[in-house]
Amino acid sequence: MPILTMNNVTMAFGGLAALTNVNIKLEKGELVGLIGPNGAGKTTVFNVLTGIYTPTSGTIEYMNDNTKTVINNLKPHVISALGIARTFQNIRLFKELTVLDNIRIAIHKDVKYGMAPTFLRLPSFFKEEQSLLDNAYKLLKIFNLDSKKDELAKNLPYGEQRRLEIARALATKPSLLLLDEPAAGMNPNETAELTELIKWIWKEYGLTILLIEHDMSLVMKICERIYVLDYGMVIAEGTPEEIKNNKRVVEAYLGGEAPDA
Amino acid sequence: MIDVMMSEINTPEAMNSAKYPRKFTLLKKILFIVLFYGIIQLLIFLNVINAYYQVTLAMICINIILAVSLNLITGFTGQFSLGHAGFMSIGAYTCALITLNMDTPFSFIIGLIAGAILAAIVGLLIGIPTLRLKGDYLAIATLGLAQIIEIIIRNLDFTGGPRGLANIPQYANWTWLFLFTVITVVIISNFINSSHGRACISVREDEIAAEAVGINTTKYKVLAFIIGAFFAGIAGALYASYFYYIKPDLFGFLKSIDILVIVVLGGMGSISGSILAAILLVIISTYLQSFAEFRMIIYSVILVLIMIFKPQGLMGSSEFSLNRFIQETRKNLQKLGQKLHKVR
Repeated sequence: MPILTMNNVTMAFGGLAALTNVNIKLEKGELVGLIGPNGAGKTTVFNVLTGIYTPTSGTIEYMNDNTKTVINNLKPHVISALGIARTFQNIRLFKELTVLDNIRIAIHKDVKYGMAPTFLRLPSFFKEEQSLLDNAYKLLKIFNLDSKKDELAKNLPYGEQRRLEIARALATKPSLLLLDEPAAGMNPNETAELTELIKWIWKEYGLTILLIEHDMSLVMKICERIYVLDYGMVIAEGTPEEIKNNKRVVEAYLGGEAPDA
Repeated sequence: MIDVMMSEINTPEAMNSAKYPRKFTLLKKILFIVLFYGIIQLLIFLNVINAYYQVTLAMICINIILAVSLNLITGFTGQFSLGHAGFMSIGAYTCALITLNMDTPFSFIIGLIAGAILAAIVGLLIGIPTLRLKGDYLAIATLGLAQIIEIIIRNLDFTGGPRGLANIPQYANWTWLFLFTVITVVIISNFINSSHGRACISVREDEIAAEAVGINTTKYKVLAFIIGAFFAGIAGALYASYFYYIKPDLFGFLKSIDILVIVVLGGMGSISGSILAAILLVIISTYLQSFAEFRMIIYSVILVLIMIFKPQGLMGSSEFSLNRFIQETRKNLQKLGQKLHKVR
């Protein structure tokens, strides 16, 4: 049963079509890659999926707990509540806040106390703040960030900022995780570590993951299926092996005949 | 209940235990507040703080309420508002009209609460359409709306038109002012140090990321606006009752700027900064009264100097904590002692 179905999604900015009739289908529990040259529209796919843009035409259906929701016109925070989380290509942490607060904000939707307990510090406030803290800790431990909980996010090394962003996305308890170039700017060692981490959370949380990545070592290693986007259109879809040998893909990347396909 | 500056939350000692800091410094804080109140009350009784300085004291309290509430909107939630004096005027006129028509001490409280609620409602009505805007656009929209409020008040009959309202029964005194200042600071800092407050701060930090992790940014922007407007309404009501004369000019564009200056000077996102700056600026302008012609020039030069040497404001975004202050003083004294010992 597909968890996400994009039917003929077109996203036009004025006369410029960033996406044209994109059809992407993700089965529950899959780990799928989304690749393509620069400016192909990969991030636009994410922005359309998370409600930052409303697609010009087409529908996006999201299936969660056996209820189908059309998420085209929903606001980003509603989509997040439905269980779609994402990271950003250019890291978007709450830079001036601590690592801990970055996570606590992401689990804010679990908070049930209202205004009166907030203003008057009633017992329910302390109870829930404690459980927020516990949950945030658990997550930070998993991501090996618990020793840095009081550091400002902006002071973390690059690799840890990436990790924190993934942790923050997971804090919203998603069933579909969208990762936008998680390995960008990482050295081979860090990339290998990240690859393991992504595999691990994928299994551990039973997630469906859609991943944008330029680093082919990562994509080929962990993705079960790959979509290739070029000029806003899906030009190929298949297993890593198939994609590697697809003529159109090689052309899109190298801009000419494949020497030895 | 009263848990004033919860800044201890962020100290490393408290976090290592992974326990939400719930140690009851409550009593200490109440004691501190009562003691402070008592000392000032005693000084008033002994006439060390004479009638003239009492006015200064009142201005400090009112400015603290205004600055802390604007800081919630501008400093913490990141929504640049130039309309705070508009909310203040609603509180002032509501309280003035109610006490003028119903002259009992009870009516002061009714007027004050009605003024605050009305200001909050106007905050809601203004907030929903304008908070779609960002940065400069929002500033101009709020400025315009505050101007509209001023013009409406100026042109209505029952508000006394441009001449304003005089002989408002004077119920507000130092005790009321102090009480409401404490309430404002406690409630707003409690709000900021809660999950809802963190949601507001996330809006300031990165709106897109906040939405992506499930924060309803519109809701929290409007909420901050409502709470800010509510307390601006209280400040206005206290102002009307204490100074027993109000006119539309008092709540114009310049008043909004005054409040914003306090917030920026104290540090965007620091409640103790706002308090400090409010105290400092009122004292400076009181002392400058004697240099009538140069007053505004000196005042402006001081502002420029502070902004040059401390562009993030007096406190930046950190909070003053009594415990930390004592610890650091102790440490410094020890260091000093060691140094002296070496010299000897």
